[in-house]
Amino acid sequence: MLRIEGLTAEVDGKPILKGIDLEVPAGEVHAIMGPNGSGKSTLSYVLAGREGYEVTGGSATLDGVDLLGMEPEERAAAGVFLAFQYPVELPGVGNANFLRTALNAIRRGKGEAELDAMQFLKQARARLKELQMSEDMLKRGVNVGFSGGEKKRNEVLQMALLRPSLAILDETDSGLDIDALKIVADGVNALRAPDFSALVITHYQRLLDYIVPDKVHVLMQGRIVQTGGPELAKQLEASGYASVQAAA
Amino acid sequence: MPAVAETLDTVQSVTEGTYKWGFETEIEMDFAPKGLNEDTVRFISAQKKEPEWLLEWRLKAFATWQKMQEPRWPAVKYPPIDYQDAYYYAAPKKKDGPKSLDEVDPELLKTYAKLGIPLKEQAILAGVEGAGDSPAEGGRMPIAVDAVFDSVSVATSYKERLAKDGIIFCAISEAVHEHPELVKQYLGTVVPPGDNFYAALNSAVFTDGSFVYIPKGVRCPMELSTYFRINAKSTGQFERTLIIADEGAVVSYLEGCTAPMRDENQLHAAVVELVALDDSQIKYSTVQNWYPGDAEGRGGIYNFVTKRAQCRGKRSKVSWTQVETGSAITWKYPSCVLLGDDSVGEFYSVAITNNHQQADTGTKMIHVGKRTTSTIVSKGISAGKGQNTYRGLVRVAPTASGARNFTQCDSLLIGDQCGAHTVPYIENRNMSAKVEHEATTSRIAEDQLFYCRQRGLSEEDAVGLIVNGFCREVLKELPMEFAVEAQKLLQISLEGSVG
Repeated sequence: MLRIEGLTAEVDGKPILKGIDLEVPAGEVHAIMGPNGSGKSTLSYVLAGREGYEVTGGSATLDGVDLLGMEPEERAAAGVFLAFQYPVELPGVGNANFLRTALNAIRRGKGEAELDAMQFLKQARARLKELQMSEDMLKRGVNVGFSGGEKKRNEVLQMALLRPSLAILDETDSGLDIDALKIVADGVNALRAPDFSALVITHYQRLLDYIVPDKVHVLMQGRIVQTGGPELAKQLEASGYASVQAAA
Repeated sequence: MPAVAETLDTVQSVTEGTYKWGFETEIEMDFAPKGLNEDTVRFISAQKKEPEWLLEWRLKAFATWQKMQEPRWPAVKYPPIDYQDAYYYAAPKKKDGPKSLDEVDPELLKTYAKLGIPLKEQAILAGVEGAGDSPAEGGRMPIAVDAVFDSVSVATSYKERLAKDGIIFCAISEAVHEHPELVKQYLGTVVPPGDNFYAALNSAVFTDGSFVYIPKGVRCPMELSTYFRINAKSTGQFERTLIIADEGAVVSYLEGCTAPMRDENQLHAAVVELVALDDSQIKYSTVQNWYPGDAEGRGGIYNFVTKRAQCRGKRSKVSWTQVETGSAITWKYPSCVLLGDDSVGEFYSVAITNNHQQADTGTKMIHVGKRTTSTIVSKGISAGKGQNTYRGLVRVAPTASGARNFTQCDSLLIGDQCGAHTVPYIENRNMSAKVEHEATTSRIAEDQLFYCRQRGLSEEDAVGLIVNGFCREVLKELPMEFAVEAQKLLQISLEGSVG
């Protein structure tokens, strides 16, 4: 269970998050929607521990463990996975090598045995098959020369392999065609389990047709201004964020 | 040479008397006194019972050296070297050497531990007094791997295998006696004694090194490495290597060691000569990890090396691959003179400078023959206060019709106190030649580090991964097991460079 209480944060001295309260119980998928500049990406970076995102107050715990005091890699080992809005290219680093290094780092963090190359390949192939992705994905450099859709798929592949307890998807749907969108959604849905929760950050309702959330929160100007069921997303799609702002 | 405490005067006062008489014959001394003059050269030659022609050759080199000036053009800074304040042959054990591992730079020991080197070998590598066996000719055991492979028996069996194919692989001092005709024919023909200041010095006082001859049409059945050479000990600070690939021969040679070695000799000036005849191929791989000095830059090795290959034969090929992580100062330009038509030269290099290290390294590709081709891939990584210079020359002679060169120089910066410099020289005197040069300079980006850390990698592992990715084109040229070690080494060399 992710529990955020009174979280405030700033970037370059400018307050962005102004008191977030949010609970995502284990086994649930919540969506966070909001207009550009409302603090959606900041929330995801604060939770993942990116440098330059300064927490000024409040708390965030995952299954009772304080996230905010940990290094990014410790949070990853604690089960936090961030699917990036803009996945980063690592020239010359093979995707398979990267995935195995990441998986073993996290397994180490959890006190599990590391996988050798063969064990890893077996797992990776299984995930690729589930996600209907080609094995070429493993042979290429990390995100180098990938199309926008391929980069997002690669994020989902990593998520499937690393099996986090909390996945944060930061506008993973941006720039995806409908087929890619389905693959991403299938990837998330496949992970749904009583010990898995997800925070799906999106600008559009479209993704939520495929990943049906348990709850939808509307983030505006650094605060959650409205919470509802999946129907809230549809309502936003129809009448826009202005209506929420007026109501709030 | 401040590493040795004694002053020149003291030594001279003790030794001068004997000096005049030429001590080469009557004194049971296994080292020459400090300082460098004609007698030192004679002493070395006599100790090795060298033929007259080689002594003459050395003396000529010495005379040339005396007239030469130390090069000042490299982009490196160091206090002036007093060439008289050094031993040139089997320096006696340093008196203020570490007595035990407790006295060794703890950072060095940490590195050994990370490389998984056993304690006993750590002591040998760190130059702890009395550690390991003491080579008869002084100097240090060059390679820990000697112990790992448990030396003599392994080396002997390799040697038998090589002899079956007629391959000669021995110490160059041995070759002088066993194969004088080959040594005489080729020694100094690629790097003439007067080539440059350090090559001249080396020619005058070189103590040992490797000699390799691969006969016509023979493909050497294994990677040749100083690791396997019985006489690998005591090559000292002026190493001399000569490799000859006869027509159609193929050989791959490995040099160096991933473990950082401490050495009492601050100056190292090796010469490596490669000769490739028609249709032959030589691949020469180096992992250089001499002691770089401590974090403040004290006590590191000066590595001033001359490495050159002549592709004399048609369709011959020489490939240099180097991973340079050690030494306080590296001055090194492994080069190819492409004489034979359709001959090929390659240079793949990774050079890392961290802390106060300085590297001025690169290559020269001299195109003389028709349709000669060369490829240069250089990856420079600077961290800490390190300074890294790529200096390269591509020269196309009027005779080299249809010559081609491709050069790629990439620099990676870690931190904001280091420097990367690229100094390419291109001289093209043939209209039909094609020369390409590409260069990039980049920084390890914050978003790359964060991406890796979000996936569970520590910051240091992330840097290692990114740097290894950056160097991939070069590392893949290394023989397999060497490449694995080199990867680990790159990461260790950069530890503490971020954050």
